[in-house]
Amino acid sequence: MTKITFIQHNGTEQTVDGLPGMSVMETAIKNLVPGIDADCGGACACATCHVYVEPEWKEKTGTRNPMEEDMLDFAFDVRDSSRLSCQIKVADALDGLRVRVPEKQF
Amino acid sequence: MSSVITTDAVIIGAGPCGLFAVFELGLLDIKCHVIDILDRAGGQCAELYPEKPIYDIPALTIVTGAELTHRLLEQVKPFHPEFHFNQMVTELRKRGDGHFELKTDGGLEFRCKVVVVAAGGGSFQPKKPPIPGIEAYEGSSVHYSIKKMETLRGKDILIVGGGDSALDWTLNLQPIAKSLTLLHRRDDFRAAPDSVKKMRDLVAQGKMQFKLGQVTGLKGEGGQLSAAQVKGADGQAYEIETNAMLPFFGLTMKLGPVAGFGLNLHENLVPVDTEKFESSVPGIFAIGDINTYPGKLKLILSGFHEAALMAQQAFHIKNPGERLVFQYTTSSSSLQKKLGVA
Repeated sequence: MTKITFIQHNGTEQTVDGLPGMSVMETAIKNLVPGIDADCGGACACATCHVYVEPEWKEKTGTRNPMEEDMLDFAFDVRDSSRLSCQIKVADALDGLRVRVPEKQF
Repeated sequence: MSSVITTDAVIIGAGPCGLFAVFELGLLDIKCHVIDILDRAGGQCAELYPEKPIYDIPALTIVTGAELTHRLLEQVKPFHPEFHFNQMVTELRKRGDGHFELKTDGGLEFRCKVVVVAAGGGSFQPKKPPIPGIEAYEGSSVHYSIKKMETLRGKDILIVGGGDSALDWTLNLQPIAKSLTLLHRRDDFRAAPDSVKKMRDLVAQGKMQFKLGQVTGLKGEGGQLSAAQVKGADGQAYEIETNAMLPFFGLTMKLGPVAGFGLNLHENLVPVDTEKFESSVPGIFAIGDINTYPGKLKLILSGFHEAALMAQQAFHIKNPGERLVFQYTTSSSSLQKKLGVA
């Protein structure tokens, strides 16, 4: 199991188990984490699963792919740490991952 | 207001399930009108993933959202469905005579015997950026869509975004604006390269401005915007004077008016039985992603199955007391005649 912690805008933390192969977005949906809308269901086509990756995890989660970079144009308050959580795959190396959920997806 | 359109069935939603419902109803001689809030058929397949491959449509190893939509439109052609795009159904009620009455935000009015709600995740509506206090300016100085360009003539327009809508409206509004600024978070665009080039040419000619950054706040009084506060790409804050801001951040799905149709809802979905896929109101059916029942899977193929069973009951509502003889398209000459192949 890979522990993933979602930090809400108000500071509330929720740690859930992710399964390798699933995306961070799917892990959030499966565990009813608030604030991850995922309108398109993981097709990288809606930008409603936007998260901010905590600095210490930036390297391990990798960089945005070009499709994701384009899609982030439809997200609000995009920062250096912004990712679409449907594009981060859960893996053993991400055990302990911490991401922040924006106040609102839209 | 146009005159009332009378038909057998009105389908709300022109996504794959709504389109296949036209086919199944058509085989049973039920004439359909289809209403959709988008400007074209396809629903999520058209709006969210036209170019993305789908691998679980029976017999199609791989098909894109756009191709699936195209094929379904071909398949329903023999039944001559009438489409009403850019329309949102705002009212649905049962009349005293047992028929249904529907009204759209575009002023269309329908009377029918059967309603099929195939509205997927709800209606696509523009995303509203969560900028503090933006509600106060919506409709007066902040616009998410443009119905009449003339209302923006002579304004200091600020367009925010980097997609096709942002770029198209930049090019359309530049000639009538007093000033126009395009604000985007990066110097790359998801919009069509040709539009981007035209925009850059206008900037080079001094006819408009392009700035990098994201809106963080708004300034103004009494619903009248005077400036947008912006955080630049370098982190520096600055302001852009504007009295008309147009944010284009794509669309999102909202259940919208379906919630007011008088149907029982469960977590924003319409519970149906699995024999007829009928809602709590007889004559109103729900198929595709918008319905729920034990074991429901939100798959296009499930919606196709639901459409076929729904049509059987719709036949009995249209033709009370008549017997429906089940037929195959492979062998029935009457079905083949309807399909235009016999």
